[in-house]
Amino acid sequence: MSAASPGARIADWDQDGLDTDEMIVNMGPQHPATHGVLRLELRTDGEIVRRARPHIGYLHRCFEKHAENVDYPGVLPYADRMDYVASMGNTLGFALTVEKLMGIEVSPYLQTIRVLMAELQRIASHCVAVGTYTMDIGAFTPFLHLLRDREKILDLFEWTCGARLLYNYNWVGGVSHDVPDGFVRAARDFLREFDSVTFPELLDLIIHNRIFVKRIADVGVCSPELAISHDLTGPNLRGSGVARDLRKDFPYSGYESYDFEVCVGKGQYGPKGSCFDRNWVRVAEMRESSKIIHQALDRLEKLEKTDVHEKVPKRVKPPKGEIYFRSEAPRGQLGYYLVSDGNVNPYRVKVKSPCFTAMSVFHHLAKGMMIADVIALVGSLDIVLGEIDR
Amino acid sequence: MNATYAFLVGLVPEIAGWPAWAIVLISAGLPALVLFHFMALAPLVYVYGERKIAAFMQDRLGPMRVGPYGVLQTIADAVKLLFKEAIFPRGVDRKLFVTAPLLVNVGAFLPFVVIPWGARLQPADLNVGVFYVAAISAISTVGLIMAGWASNNKYALFGAMRSAAQIVSYEIPSLLIILVPVMIVGSLSLQDLTVAQAGGLSNWFLFRYFPIMPVAFVCFFVAGLAETNRAPFDIPEAESELVAGFHTEYSGFFFSLFFLAEYAEMFVVSAVTSVLFLGGYLAPLPALQQLGPLPMGWFWLWFKAWSLVFVMMWLRWTLPRARVDQLMHIAWKVLLPIALGLVVTVGGLVLWPVTASGFPWDRYVGWPLSLLLVGFLLVVMVRALLWNRRRAGELAYAGSAAAAGQGTR
Repeated sequence: MSAASPGARIADWDQDGLDTDEMIVNMGPQHPATHGVLRLELRTDGEIVRRARPHIGYLHRCFEKHAENVDYPGVLPYADRMDYVASMGNTLGFALTVEKLMGIEVSPYLQTIRVLMAELQRIASHCVAVGTYTMDIGAFTPFLHLLRDREKILDLFEWTCGARLLYNYNWVGGVSHDVPDGFVRAARDFLREFDSVTFPELLDLIIHNRIFVKRIADVGVCSPELAISHDLTGPNLRGSGVARDLRKDFPYSGYESYDFEVCVGKGQYGPKGSCFDRNWVRVAEMRESSKIIHQALDRLEKLEKTDVHEKVPKRVKPPKGEIYFRSEAPRGQLGYYLVSDGNVNPYRVKVKSPCFTAMSVFHHLAKGMMIADVIALVGSLDIVLGEIDR
Repeated sequence: MNATYAFLVGLVPEIAGWPAWAIVLISAGLPALVLFHFMALAPLVYVYGERKIAAFMQDRLGPMRVGPYGVLQTIADAVKLLFKEAIFPRGVDRKLFVTAPLLVNVGAFLPFVVIPWGARLQPADLNVGVFYVAAISAISTVGLIMAGWASNNKYALFGAMRSAAQIVSYEIPSLLIILVPVMIVGSLSLQDLTVAQAGGLSNWFLFRYFPIMPVAFVCFFVAGLAETNRAPFDIPEAESELVAGFHTEYSGFFFSLFFLAEYAEMFVVSAVTSVLFLGGYLAPLPALQQLGPLPMGWFWLWFKAWSLVFVMMWLRWTLPRARVDQLMHIAWKVLLPIALGLVVTVGGLVLWPVTASGFPWDRYVGWPLSLLLVGFLLVVMVRALLWNRRRAGELAYAGSAAAAGQGTR
């Protein structure tokens, strides 16, 4: 890979009278590897990508405008539909934002349920992220193994609240349903299987696989400075070696009382901040989430049950004011900026999406890559177009 | 043809009195017909096998609906593909577009002419057999490039260029490694190559000349994987990168032709590998060569080739895909030096045979070691299988526990 500036003519190629030209390849919006309706405009020179521009907006559904026209509980189902792979995280963020504006403090029992659900969702979301990533690299089997375990988490969710993908579970001031009897045991069964079978299997099959490592260990290296200046968050930032996690730095829902580590990219096989490290952080986070869930399940057994609808207001009508609150969704910091004019509808809702900022670094990293690496890069950023376009 | 004639006359003596044109027709047409149907219908079995193997590795059931255990699924799929409309997108070069899949199939099916299924069960025993296989199977590359160019699609073009580069690169090490058994036997004919390995398992080339032949076998198999565009070298049709590579724009019948060719090529590579290294149609023990009056040569070649096809499928569902530059790296910087080294060493051995003067070490040391390696591989496979069973048991236990948990609500 020569380090020619993007779009520049390659002078030495033309010297022998051979007429070469750059080719523009539109990857997407319908393409197996763009994780949704993303269009990548690649200016290629043979296999090498000279310039890449992402085009977004194919899945724009006016979330923010919708939010202005429905009441606060009505925003929650729309928030579910942003990052549809990790819906629990979206509604948790919005519920916490409104609760903070209204000054509602939920019981420890409810907080534990919320943490439990958020972390189960984190495992499920990372299962999809890592699984589709292995499929981008060309291995199909780990994807199905991981989706099999995600199904089990979805079974737990379905058992709790009746939905498998878009839950509307976290309400302002509570959750929609209490966890059913026997949930703790079923969740422990799942974790025992996940920790002892799926996780080691995943490491054997793909993460420490030589071909996999060779493919991505020195591809798409994002330095910590670049990551911070482009506001990468979540696993993408931690992959560059910056140990920043809202659950540790600005704890909410009682995260300060759980014992877990912030996983960062270690650069085991190449420069720190590569595609491998971003993927590795997700894999390691699954294990940390599993630790948190074990602790939350222990607490859930000991804590006194409270009515999950106890603090849910009859009418959600926050006082006049504005607030910005962010939480650590599976894909990074999900921030809600909320303006209330004292009415039942929010005056303005603005979402700070982790995938949107992750996409902003794409064209910096994609310069001079090969086409196969572009796929690896997009996959390692783990974008969900539903959240980018909203 | 002569062999078939002799065989038929042995069955029905009156044939000898028939007119010449009828004899030619029946003794050339019959094997061709049988072989073609055998090879053309075999992909139905392979596809079913591949889907079931993939399902087994991925902890799912695979096709289960059409017929018992889904055995008729591939037939249903084949019928669907044949009746689908063949779409010609705007701007395709129609002549090339239609010719390409046919050309690919020519390259995939013609090598079957020289593959020996038994001492006399061989359509044609060409004296340049291996050379013919290598030359004819290279025709399919032209078909791939034609398909990619005629499609008027950038992804197809990428796929075609990749496949051309890949196949041209991997032909070189694979041809050099073919020279290794050829130099030992002194003949290019596949029949001679097989007969030279007669006398049971320890005489197969894989188990002789200990460090040389196993390495040659592995290198040849890797090169064969790359030539058939199978994982981990499936970059010409890399699904996640190039949608479907050179056959992106194909649909219906023409698409199924590419599919057919891929499986036929897989079988050719496996069969040639078996002939070169695994004794072709020879049984592991000479006693097993015949089952009563029935010669079992065809079974052994089929069994060996099918085992290698299974390994190909196993690799495909286990390994990720290599990148283009890594692929070239493997071909030119790993396989080619190894192949050259093997050719030089074996050339030396042919000129100055070790076994003639000193201790015949490859006779007594080599094949047990190779057998040990193969046995190790088998043990690993069986352990993986048992582990899977045990895990299935664990999962069943976890499931019943969860059900018990649900029962208490």
